[in-house]
Amino acid sequence: MIEFESVDKYYGAFHALKDISITVREGERMVICGPSGSGKSTLIRCINGLEFHNSGTLTVDGIEVHAHSKKMPILRQQVGMVFQQFNLFPHLTVLENLMIGPMKVRKLDRDAAEQVARKYLGRVHIPEQADKYPGALSGGQQQRVAIARSLCMESRILLFDEPTSALDPEMINEVLDVMVELAETGMTMVVVTHEMGFARKVADTMVFMEQGRIVEVASPETFFTNPASERCQAFLQQILET
Amino acid sequence: MPIASVSKSPKGRALPSPPAFRRMVDSTTFSVLLFGVVVSLIVYGAFVGAQSMGYNWQWYRIPAYFYTVTEDGFQWGEICTGLVRTLMLSGTAFALAVVLGLIVALLRLSGLVVGTGLAIAFLEAIRNIPLLVLLYLFYYVLGPIFGFDRYWASILCLAVFHAALISEIFRAGINAVPMGQWEAATSIGMSKIQAFRYIILPQSIRFLLPPMTGEGVHMIKSSAIVSVIAVAELTTAGRNIISDTYMSFEIWFTIAAVYMVVTLILSLGVSVIERRYAVD
Repeated sequence: MIEFESVDKYYGAFHALKDISITVREGERMVICGPSGSGKSTLIRCINGLEFHNSGTLTVDGIEVHAHSKKMPILRQQVGMVFQQFNLFPHLTVLENLMIGPMKVRKLDRDAAEQVARKYLGRVHIPEQADKYPGALSGGQQQRVAIARSLCMESRILLFDEPTSALDPEMINEVLDVMVELAETGMTMVVVTHEMGFARKVADTMVFMEQGRIVEVASPETFFTNPASERCQAFLQQILET
Repeated sequence: MPIASVSKSPKGRALPSPPAFRRMVDSTTFSVLLFGVVVSLIVYGAFVGAQSMGYNWQWYRIPAYFYTVTEDGFQWGEICTGLVRTLMLSGTAFALAVVLGLIVALLRLSGLVVGTGLAIAFLEAIRNIPLLVLLYLFYYVLGPIFGFDRYWASILCLAVFHAALISEIFRAGINAVPMGQWEAATSIGMSKIQAFRYIILPQSIRFLLPPMTGEGVHMIKSSAIVSVIAVAELTTAGRNIISDTYMSFEIWFTIAAVYMVVTLILSLGVSVIERRYAVD
């Protein structure tokens, strides 16, 4: 479903992604971890074209991703994204946040869009917040609205860029619970996170990145009990200790 | 924190108060008094000066220039018709300036080499020509070439001049919306135009309103300059009345007051709208 073939990405002189080759199957849940600056965010931002890679081939759902592709809007509808900072639209109510994509991009009429919005707001367990503005919600609630916003596009792939890193500790679980439920529906998910408990629970594949390279790809069992590389062992030790 | 903790009889030791002189200077009574003294000195000086010139004050003639009621009925005076012209002139010019300013701002932000270059060239050209010279250019040079009259020369001149300033306001307002909003809009499949129209622009409005009001006020004031090419408006009306009556003191005071009242009303009106747009 997502296929990287020798993908390289530069920011000016900085080599952000180095020779990335990896495949995500339909329905697969992949968790990417690694130290900051290792290229995890860049990797998933390339998948829906928020950044464009400089060489190599990246195919998503049969569509080749590049800056001048006419199919990028179609592709972006297939691929939802949840950001660390939520990025809800502050001038719209929660319901309007969810409806604007279906109405303007999927061209649904108002009633149909509202139906979709209410359905997914229920999915993330906050139907009662529909008429509030995002600023009035807690961080955990905002992030769940952001997840619902992606779902409203009926995306087949969801990308999560450190979805719980900006949250207070007591709100992390309400977001992770929603993500676990999503995983159980068979959604294809690529998640950048340091939440190893979540990773153990839902991941089919664990990926460890460092300095723009994929250092290790393994099943969660091998990854957590017997990682091959020393770098990965050290990283895991550090993360699991805290 | 409960209000009770700031009760009037605090438990702790009172802190030392400032020295008496400092307290006097900081007091409201003192500052109002000082203001009153300075203003009356200025007014008195002007009065005495005019008196010694032998100036003949004729304030009683002023209302006739606002409106007259005769046997023919009610009639607007020259000042009022001049004001309406000024408002029409600045209104039209402002509308044009907003459209042109938005286009220039979008060109500047487009990331296209030609677009950015064009926008910067326009900005620098307009910003570095005095408004009066620009007006002469439009009236004496561009007017005859492209065949527009003095009225449209003034409107186009004001529109172009203010478009340069307004484009910078737009640019700042658009840039004030965080990058993440573009990314979120893009990630739900919106095109750049849709993202701008539905997500970015509505959020810019609350950054745009205060400086835009300032620009509107500025427009009304700078429209006075077109009186030098004798376009009918408020300042021209003032000049005409003076050349008939030689009441220059009264008329210029009156014209200044009319401009002030109009721009103050405009600012007040917008501050009401501003409160509406303050979402969070």
